[in-house]
Amino acid sequence: MTHDQMANALLPAVVVAPIVVACLLLALGRRLDRPTIDVVAIATSAAVATADGVLLSAAGNHRLVAWLGGWRPQHGASVGIVFVGDQVGVGAALVAGVLMTCALAYSWRYFENIHVNFHALMLLFLAGLTGFSLSGDLFNMFVFFELMGVAAYALTAVKVEDPTAVHGALNFGVINSLGAYISLMGIGMLYAATGQLNLALLSRALTARGPDVLVVVGFVAVATGFLVKAAAVPFHFWLDDAHAVAPTPVCVLFSGIMVELGLYGVARLYWVAFSGTLEAGTIQRLFVVLGVVTAVVGSVMCLLQRHLKRLLAFSTIAHTGMFLIAVGSLNPVATAGTAVYVVGHAAVKSVLFLCAGVLLNRFGSVDEFTLQGKGRDARLTGIVFMLAGLGLAGMPPFAVGLGKVMAEEGVVRAGLWWGPVLFLLVAAATGGAVLRVGARVFLGIGRGPGAEEAGAMSGDEEKRELATGMTRLPVTMGIPLTALLAAGAIVGLLPGFGDQAALAAGRFAGRAGYVAAVLDGTTSYGASPAASAGWSVEGIVLCLASVGAAALVALLGLYGTALPRQILAVLRTARPALHMMRSVHSGHIGDYAAWLLFGVGGIIVLAMLPP
Amino acid sequence: MYPYVVAGAILFLGVIGIARSRNLVHAVVCLAVAQSGTYVLLLTVGYQRGATAPIFQSAPEKAGYAATLVDPVVQALTLTDIVVSATVTSMLLALAVQIAKRHDTVDPDELRSLRG
Amino acid sequence: MSRGGRYWVLAVGIAAVGGALAWAFLSMPGFGGGFHPYRDAAVAAALRHSTANVVSSVNFDQRGFDTLGEETILLASVVGVAVLLRPLPGERHRHGRQGGHVLGTTRMLVVVAVPLTLVLGIDVVAHGAVTPGGGFQGGVVAATALHLIYVGDRYRVFARLRPIGLFEQAEAAGVVAYAAVGVAGLAFGGSWLANILPHGTLARLVSAGTVPLLNAAVGLAVAGSVVVLLSHFLDQRFLSPPPGTRHAPGDGTQP
Repeated sequence: MTHDQMANALLPAVVVAPIVVACLLLALGRRLDRPTIDVVAIATSAAVATADGVLLSAAGNHRLVAWLGGWRPQHGASVGIVFVGDQVGVGAALVAGVLMTCALAYSWRYFENIHVNFHALMLLFLAGLTGFSLSGDLFNMFVFFELMGVAAYALTAVKVEDPTAVHGALNFGVINSLGAYISLMGIGMLYAATGQLNLALLSRALTARGPDVLVVVGFVAVATGFLVKAAAVPFHFWLDDAHAVAPTPVCVLFSGIMVELGLYGVARLYWVAFSGTLEAGTIQRLFVVLGVVTAVVGSVMCLLQRHLKRLLAFSTIAHTGMFLIAVGSLNPVATAGTAVYVVGHAAVKSVLFLCAGVLLNRFGSVDEFTLQGKGRDARLTGIVFMLAGLGLAGMPPFAVGLGKVMAEEGVVRAGLWWGPVLFLLVAAATGGAVLRVGARVFLGIGRGPGAEEAGAMSGDEEKRELATGMTRLPVTMGIPLTALLAAGAIVGLLPGFGDQAALAAGRFAGRAGYVAAVLDGTTSYGASPAASAGWSVEGIVLCLASVGAAALVALLGLYGTALPRQILAVLRTARPALHMMRSVHSGHIGDYAAWLLFGVGGIIVLAMLPP
Repeated sequence: MYPYVVAGAILFLGVIGIARSRNLVHAVVCLAVAQSGTYVLLLTVGYQRGATAPIFQSAPEKAGYAATLVDPVVQALTLTDIVVSATVTSMLLALAVQIAKRHDTVDPDELRSLRG
Repeated sequence: MSRGGRYWVLAVGIAAVGGALAWAFLSMPGFGGGFHPYRDAAVAAALRHSTANVVSSVNFDQRGFDTLGEETILLASVVGVAVLLRPLPGERHRHGRQGGHVLGTTRMLVVVAVPLTLVLGIDVVAHGAVTPGGGFQGGVVAATALHLIYVGDRYRVFARLRPIGLFEQAEAAGVVAYAAVGVAGLAFGGSWLANILPHGTLARLVSAGTVPLLNAAVGLAVAGSVVVLLSHFLDQRFLSPPPGTRHAPGDGTQP
């Protein structure tokens, strides 16, 4: 099979296959027993992941281009939809496939009362994630964005008997849809300006047109929908609500890949369609400001939580902030670092969520204080949880650490000298919060809740996810847990992984190459500068520093109330600010809608200020 | 340009409706209103004065026929958009039904389960 | 946040976004102008494939993958609503009469309108490639026919004519059929959803290659989806709440 034939067959197949299997499951579902459904769904997802792997290795040599419906460009234009696979796009699809396989394996005995529908929704969700990663057409991206959304809203509220679940899902649905509609307004404006929907054609038309107000506002509008998915502050409110209430295996996909795909969408849009038009300095300022606000709000809120899943959700927001800064620095090494970081983050964050699910099913709570000391006999879960917490803080050899070091190097090269300091603080805060919970739950150490924690949302309301209780860790849960943790470490140790990521990021940011591959059929990457990125002594020291800082944060969280009175009095002065930040997260849909529009306004102002 | 402004205004009205809403069913309908702003924008972008519907009764005889039709692409996009709207609305209304059952209220001001 | 605070945040946002949008609209091509490059290409492409309805050509031929995605969204929402509105432990179906009184003339009208609506729906699907309409529009019209029976106060008849399992399968079959045409395009035309059938003569019932087939697939999926979707909402009305809840039976949305 030639290269071209493979791209034509396989790129759309990884999207269509899960859709068809979902349909077949729905049509035959009543006649199938539960293990069969589980096996079919896991096998489909694993097959998609395998195909993604094949595509990834092929995408290392050439860009993969598939014109759907056979509408290949004539005279440099086409009316069709194109799928494009480069290493970053296919890599994102692969992460989605692997996480979905693990999540489905983990949910082996989950939700027996809704039989086949849960699996069908998961497979449709996978189709949405994969389609969004591969599409090279703006409106087609919107379609898959919505598919992701619709499946995700339903999956969030699978536990309908839980009052918080339906509330969180509604907030999620309304805010995401609103973001998507603002995106669609932007698509309409760009269509009016250029008459194109294909990213490559759009790129050509925009470069010829130059950066006028219409182009800037169009970019911001389209990016808004993606930034809502990426949970940039102040578009992030849906995320902590949805993550806190969604079933654990679903959280794995939300935090591991869906949020990151929002960021991927913005980066793809900028690099392919707008990098020849918009002022780089303006874009850098926009994303760095957004990223810093997101990282700070996420970290502080993460430290304040006692609801474990909500804590992990805010940690994802904090990490999104770092990703925004790194991608927004527009430096290829920083982009490569983000890619590595996202892979590592997906692994360890998934492990943490799955551990939270194990605790929930065993003890009926995800509350830090309710669970204090309860996990002493859950050795394996405890060890895995603590290792993942260390990984989240950047412990070598986890890929998180490698990605963080690369991203730090990149942002410094882009002139953001303060980047590494902020990254260290965020890693310390989020990793420290996780370690604090781990120590309290699995070791039973630490003091009781202080005044601030007592007022936080408790994790006792959360409903169990298995029909029957469980006392020990089932194999179907243990395997995904350990496999993901091992993957997070092995990927960080793969020789040449950093180099490949740097190469891929350079290609991802190559506008001309993408346009030529889509419109002229020259799919080879051309010569790219040799890139080297990997572990260094300096990097390992930086990583260990952030792990140490995380341990300190954890200790402060456990024994902070034992500090001398004077220090506590100083700390107490921050309480009104913290209280305000907490009260902004009100769970009120009207507030969220107002913040959404406020945020769009803020971004537009940032984009329009003179450089 | 006033038709474009109408499209933008519809979107804003929808958002204002969600922000002011005291009933989730009302909020979901306001979301659908916000989305209709996008239909209006797409269709106005594709409109051309004096042009007809993009449907042929027979094969055109001379060249340049395309310039006498309004843009069919945005109409196709609008059709997709409408289906998306219907599906999202149905999903959110189903959630509103469940919220009414679990919380005994559909007033966002009284839903306090997700604070802090 | 207090109501006042929320309105201030919103006002700032609307002022900024509204100002920027208005400014951007000034540099859009004027309303009703003739700059439509995609249209020019799409109309030519539709004629090459002998598709009289250019909108259908865009939806089912040129951008057929959008439509597959959209069918999938519809499917996801149907499955999602089925999950969200499933009867919970303690909720039981009550098979009672519908409340309220229906005029004789309404029933009469329904008897006349049901077959007409059904035929109209099928007609709109069948002529999707040549006249305004297509799979979506026709599918919705056909599904409406069934629900007219409900309006005519014939819930029992309605429920009997509406074997939900069958409609669920129709919906899934529609999406699978769409994907199957896509695979056939790959097998015989070299790319997914390639329009491999003979294109025929413009404006004939059988023309435009695979467009009528895809229209039929979408019609099937949409009709099935709408029936199943509405059935879940209608069934809510006939669910008795588990003992101990306060709200009145059948009152889905009111506290």
